[in-house]
Amino acid sequence: MSSHKEVIYGLYNDEEDLLKAVKQANAMHLPIMDVFSPFPVHGLDPALHLAESRLHAGGFVYGLLGLLTGFLGMTWIFTKDWPIIFGGKPYWSVPAFIPITFEMTVLFAAWGMTITFYIVCGLGPGITNKVLDERITDDKFCIAFNKASLGDTGKVNEFFRSTGAAEVNTKVL
Amino acid sequence: MSVVVSPFREPLVRGGKTYHQITEDLCAATERAPSLAWVLAFIAAGSALAFGLFCIVWTIWVGIGSWNLNRTIGWGWDITNFVWWIGIGHAGTLISAILLLFRQKWRTGVNRAAEAMTIFAVICAALFPGIHVGRIWVVYFFFPYPNTRGPLWPNFNSPLLWDLFAISTYFSVSLLFWYTGLVPDFATVRDRAKGFRKKLYNFLSFGWTGSAKHWQRWEALSLVLAGISTPLVLSVHTIVSFDFATSVIPGWHTTIFPPYFVAGAIFSGFAMVQTLMLMTRKVLKLEDYITVNHIESMNKVILLTGTIVGVAYLTELFIAWYSGYVYEQFAFFNRALGPYWWSYFGMMACNVISPQLFWIKKFRRSIYWTFLMSIFVNIGMWFERFVIIATTLARDYLPSSWSLYSPTWVEIGIFIGTLGIFFTCYLIFVRLAPVVAIAEVKHILKAAGDQYVDKNNAYAREAALHPPVQHETAGHH
Repeated sequence: MSSHKEVIYGLYNDEEDLLKAVKQANAMHLPIMDVFSPFPVHGLDPALHLAESRLHAGGFVYGLLGLLTGFLGMTWIFTKDWPIIFGGKPYWSVPAFIPITFEMTVLFAAWGMTITFYIVCGLGPGITNKVLDERITDDKFCIAFNKASLGDTGKVNEFFRSTGAAEVNTKVL
Repeated sequence: MSVVVSPFREPLVRGGKTYHQITEDLCAATERAPSLAWVLAFIAAGSALAFGLFCIVWTIWVGIGSWNLNRTIGWGWDITNFVWWIGIGHAGTLISAILLLFRQKWRTGVNRAAEAMTIFAVICAALFPGIHVGRIWVVYFFFPYPNTRGPLWPNFNSPLLWDLFAISTYFSVSLLFWYTGLVPDFATVRDRAKGFRKKLYNFLSFGWTGSAKHWQRWEALSLVLAGISTPLVLSVHTIVSFDFATSVIPGWHTTIFPPYFVAGAIFSGFAMVQTLMLMTRKVLKLEDYITVNHIESMNKVILLTGTIVGVAYLTELFIAWYSGYVYEQFAFFNRALGPYWWSYFGMMACNVISPQLFWIKKFRRSIYWTFLMSIFVNIGMWFERFVIIATTLARDYLPSSWSLYSPTWVEIGIFIGTLGIFFTCYLIFVRLAPVVAIAEVKHILKAAGDQYVDKNNAYAREAALHPPVQHETAGHH
């Protein structure tokens, strides 16, 4: 990221403190930039007003694409491109196409979803994202604010103090 | 969090761990110098691998004639080993996918290692169809791509081609599932590392930060991958069984094969998970994360699937008699009482009779008996595939073409080589990656950690009063 932004963040020791703090920030109309945690914290998504992920829908579309690729591919090959009779069966032997059609569905859905996941999250081989604090992947739960969108930092300091943040730091990302 | 926890539920994480302590414990194996035991094991596994590679090169150089297959028995140790390895792989997907869908929390202690085992086992399995074709340099003919030979396509109606699709899909989907689960844990290792290791784990962790939105998508992805891996794992061994069931060989041409193969695959896979996990938890001192409770849960799966396999064996015998079809009857008579009776006996003893011991709780919770049983089952399931393949082919329709088969040193060497590949990969894995999924264990800590679910220390006290059966008491039985 080329745009430098100054981030003020607080670290909490427990996910329950984090959840309470996020709700408190909402009540105080503080615009949270992001929340980081060492594991998925349940109940955080609605508190942060995060829309449900659309990866599932993506998976369905990729799966359908795989299903059609497999089934129509075999259909074209065995009825148009090079029809061969195997064991006296019809060219278009639909039951015999089921296993490969199924495998292609799974293959496309899994690869499509996983690649989409890494792209939309901005993750992937060779990518380095700056971390706010190295203990976030260990045992700290972090609420981060973009200083530019806050205006008055007194309010956010008061917020961190009142919600029991173990530490408050500032870092330029 | 308002997770409702049964007061009767046994804790899955012991020792009153904090989040930080979990990180310390589970990253430790990747951070310290390898122990002498690891080095010796690595040398042994590496040597087996090297010998296996030599035997593979020998096979390709000399030709399939270096194996003892003959006109009657066209599949021997090669396909036996193939089915054995692919079956072992199935437990990893079962633990990571099916148990995730069933919300079984105990999966978190063993899922990472079991998934890794799946991947290594599938690599070993895929080797055999590759080399058994003889002319491996044209093995890419399997793949349907527009080519200059017509284009000539493979036969999509053939179960052998279905197998290719099933195993390629299974391997790559398992790899995605496993790796995506590893990314947050690689980030944990990265944030503790210095110097070269920092660079290495920075690359492996794909830039993971732990952002709330990323976690949400990560969970969505895991759930859907679990959802599609579940039918996938069932389809893979079903299709492997089609290799046999769609033929017209008596003893192979049966509709019971798909469920019977899938149950057998899960059975053998869990046995291999037990073998590996019992060693891993001991060597890496992970007894607080892979508890006796985990071992007992897996033993229950072994008991269930072993019994399903037993029912399948008996059903086969009954249907052979009931069909009134003389060739089918002879095929089963020959399996049990023919020249390979010893492999049928080994199969029955290891797979059906011995796991019944696990009806008794004391044995299910005994490290010693579990390890012994896991070895039994590994052997028994190898015998099962040998019984199905070699003994069935040995006595076909024409007595004039009956034959016998025993492997050459090359075939045995390739099998030893796959054991080498498997254990070499596993040993590298335990050095490189956290063997237990760190983020997932932290996630269940408040619902399954002993300081939360076992506040009165009831289980700890019971365990002290009735320690699990160990070597010393094993002699009584």
